Amino acid sequence: MKAYQKVLMVVAALSLGLLFMFPMWKIYLKAPQYPEGLELHIWVNKLGGSSESVLQNFNILNHYIGMEPIHAESFAELKYMPYIVIFFMITGVLAGLAGKRKLVLSWSILLMLCGAAGILDFYLWLVRFGTNLDPMAAIKVPGMTYIPPLLGNKVLLNFEALSLPSWGSLGIFLAITISCFTYFLSLKGKRPHFLSRTPKAALS
Amino acid sequence: METLINKFRKVAPKAAMVMAVAAGAALQGCSNTDGGNTSATAEGVASDAASAVYVAPGKHDELYSFLSGGFNGQVSVYGLPSGRLLKIIPVFTQHGENGYGYSEESKAMLMTSHGFVPWDDLHHPKLSRTDGQTDGRWLFVNGNNTPRVARIDLTTFETVEIMEIPNSAGNHCSPYPTNNNEYVIAGTRFSVPLDMKGGTSDVSLDKYEEEFRGSISFIKIDKDKGDMDLDFQILVPGFDYDLANGGKGPSEDWVFFTTYNSEKAGTLKEVGASQNDKDFLAAVNWKLAAKYAKEGKIHEMPANYYHNKLDKDTHTAQSTVKKKVRYLLPEECPGMMYLLPAPKSPHGIDVDPSGENMVVSGKLASAIPVFSFSKMQEAIKNKAFDGEKNGIPVLKYEAVLKAEVKEPGLGPLHTEFDGKGNAYTSMFVSSEVVKWKLSDFTVVDRIPVYYSIGHLMIPGGDTKEPLGKYLVAMNKITKDRYLPTGPELAHSAQLIDISGEKMKLLLDFPTVAEPHYAQAIRAEKVAPNSVKFHKLDENKHAHAVKKEADVSVTREGKNVIRVKMTAIRSHMTPDNIEGVQVGDTVYFHVTNLEQDWDVPHGFAILGANNAETLIMPGATQTLKWVPKKEGVYPFYCTDFCSALHQEMQGYIRVSPKGSKTPIAFSTGKKKQNIPGVAASH
Repeated sequence: MKAYQKVLMVVAALSLGLLFMFPMWKIYLKAPQYPEGLELHIWVNKLGGSSESVLQNFNILNHYIGMEPIHAESFAELKYMPYIVIFFMITGVLAGLAGKRKLVLSWSILLMLCGAAGILDFYLWLVRFGTNLDPMAAIKVPGMTYIPPLLGNKVLLNFEALSLPSWGSLGIFLAITISCFTYFLSLKGKRPHFLSRTPKAALS
Repeated sequence: METLINKFRKVAPKAAMVMAVAAGAALQGCSNTDGGNTSATAEGVASDAASAVYVAPGKHDELYSFLSGGFNGQVSVYGLPSGRLLKIIPVFTQHGENGYGYSEESKAMLMTSHGFVPWDDLHHPKLSRTDGQTDGRWLFVNGNNTPRVARIDLTTFETVEIMEIPNSAGNHCSPYPTNNNEYVIAGTRFSVPLDMKGGTSDVSLDKYEEEFRGSISFIKIDKDKGDMDLDFQILVPGFDYDLANGGKGPSEDWVFFTTYNSEKAGTLKEVGASQNDKDFLAAVNWKLAAKYAKEGKIHEMPANYYHNKLDKDTHTAQSTVKKKVRYLLPEECPGMMYLLPAPKSPHGIDVDPSGENMVVSGKLASAIPVFSFSKMQEAIKNKAFDGEKNGIPVLKYEAVLKAEVKEPGLGPLHTEFDGKGNAYTSMFVSSEVVKWKLSDFTVVDRIPVYYSIGHLMIPGGDTKEPLGKYLVAMNKITKDRYLPTGPELAHSAQLIDISGEKMKLLLDFPTVAEPHYAQAIRAEKVAPNSVKFHKLDENKHAHAVKKEADVSVTREGKNVIRVKMTAIRSHMTPDNIEGVQVGDTVYFHVTNLEQDWDVPHGFAILGANNAETLIMPGATQTLKWVPKKEGVYPFYCTDFCSALHQEMQGYIRVSPKGSKTPIAFSTGKKKQNIPGVAASH
């Protein structure tokens, strides 16, 4: 692998750092009495929101329909996910430094699998909260479940829920895209005629 | 009086005409009780008035205005130009609506050396200032009857401090803030025989002339926190001190007070205090006074006055009793104070934005004298004195007079400025606002108001940079203006457009009690700093509980029960309490666990002898309750908080005195999926 490809791979690995700087996912709730909206931010290691007390306000709303309160402590994922991300960052950097194409490819595939598993986990999480309702709940609408959308929007009673990936997810997207790109570039590097043509083109 | 009116009619036929028309309308009022708009007074309204004051639903007003409530002891907040009432802030009065003055936390705010005084006469709101302009941080107001000055914090719109003023009786010419809030200055309206121990002496009322004195208080303001501290007083001659206003620019070291009763009459003042052709404008160099106070001209005497402050972390007010006061005597402090002769019984004193023109309105005078600050300085330099009073030099009238506004109308009271070279004076007797030019002191416009205007207000009209777009007239009488409500009618405020050559009436709206004076400020100076809720983490109330698991009911000593309770949508914890006995003093310390804007919870219990209490998100408030009979008493949330608000209630069981019923408390019987509910661990 060429030096710039190694650099690209390191960049791919480091772009996962965005996960620690921004939320991965955001769920927006909007209702007439919440003109400012309520935003739940899902980070790789914590839950947050548009304001400090957003979880409490989510839970107050959810208790009417008997939804289990959401607490960061209820998610083991939030504890181990940061380690997985750090693992990927370190191995990605190492793969880059080693400059081995196959390592890069395996890293990309593994990351894709993990990403997919993450989305699946997130979906199951939404289903669990949206369907596991207290039979003693004050508001019971026959047949109604409250699974927020995984992606896009959905109307839940008087709330309009919108779910979108946030900047943190861009880290995963970049990591996968750049590492795959690096892999393909390095493939090209194996065929000398590609490379030998480039400087000529530049000269002409 | 007859000749005065005739004279006035000659010079102002238009105004007289309006008076006649208005009187006609009032007379015809009885045959016109359907609330139709045939009243002649509707004619004065500008044709585009509706669109000029229309603020569409969901849109915000351009300005906040703070109107004093006079004898209701409150401040009311209106949006301008819509005239929408936004809030009532209780200051010197108990307010059942939120428990102010009833709750254990707020009772201390109304403590004075005379005990608990849950009422006062609130006259003058004044906004705090930076560089001579309103800064939107605090609002200072006076209590006239039991002399007090209060501070309202404009981040919470709550009264956060009230200080009693010793050696004062009728805190009327108050509170005047200097251009950077160095001091808030307060003068006494009534002079009294000071006993020099913080009270008044038992003196024969014949001895007014020899024994009675007034005082002017200098309250230092902490420039970051706004906290007040009575720095010193000046003991002044025994006149009546009426209104205060301060200089700007060249005159910013000075503060001026109109006085009446230079005759020193102690009885039937209506006559006794109206004999001298001239009373005085008292000019005090506050910077020099502060310097003298620092430099050992100061005396000290015992005193006894209350200073009450609300702590923002405990949400609890505490009283401190101050035991001494420092004072200056003007006769010992040369250059600190002068008297300027002013036409009989002057009322308002208003200094224009340039700081040069001092307008003194004599409510019984036919002309408005305008004094010149530079001429006053010149007269002081040249010692152009006309004798002295109690060691205070009296300046020659001609030496300080710049001009007189001739025949402005009847009963000039107050003047504000538009910053474009015009002054506007309220005319109490002829019920109108008169616009005149500061350049040549001629009247250029007049507009009728309904009726008997006292103060008028232009946003920032008493500062260096007024916003000369609107004027608010504050009227005492509203016969025929609104649907009748028995013998007592609403007072009114009228909004007048002053952006053009001619004044235009846009709107009038009823006010809460008497709109005595007002201040207004651009919304963007206040709105962004508004607190949305108190942070629960920062709640340091001694009896706060921050999670439902920590609630408790405990007996302290023989007959005190402390209930530490939480409220959150839509339940209280605990909501079942037993073990209370007849005659116990029960303190409900209720913490509102909400951390969301506009979700207060109320707490009320059957038979309480005080009020409810309204607890803001993140705060703790305490309601005291002494059950007199055994039984079961419900308590509930009073502020509609959610779909299950009705269900936000509980019961307390009261057993006979000496009963064996143990103290017990609970919420729910089983583990519930209610956020934070104290589950049966």
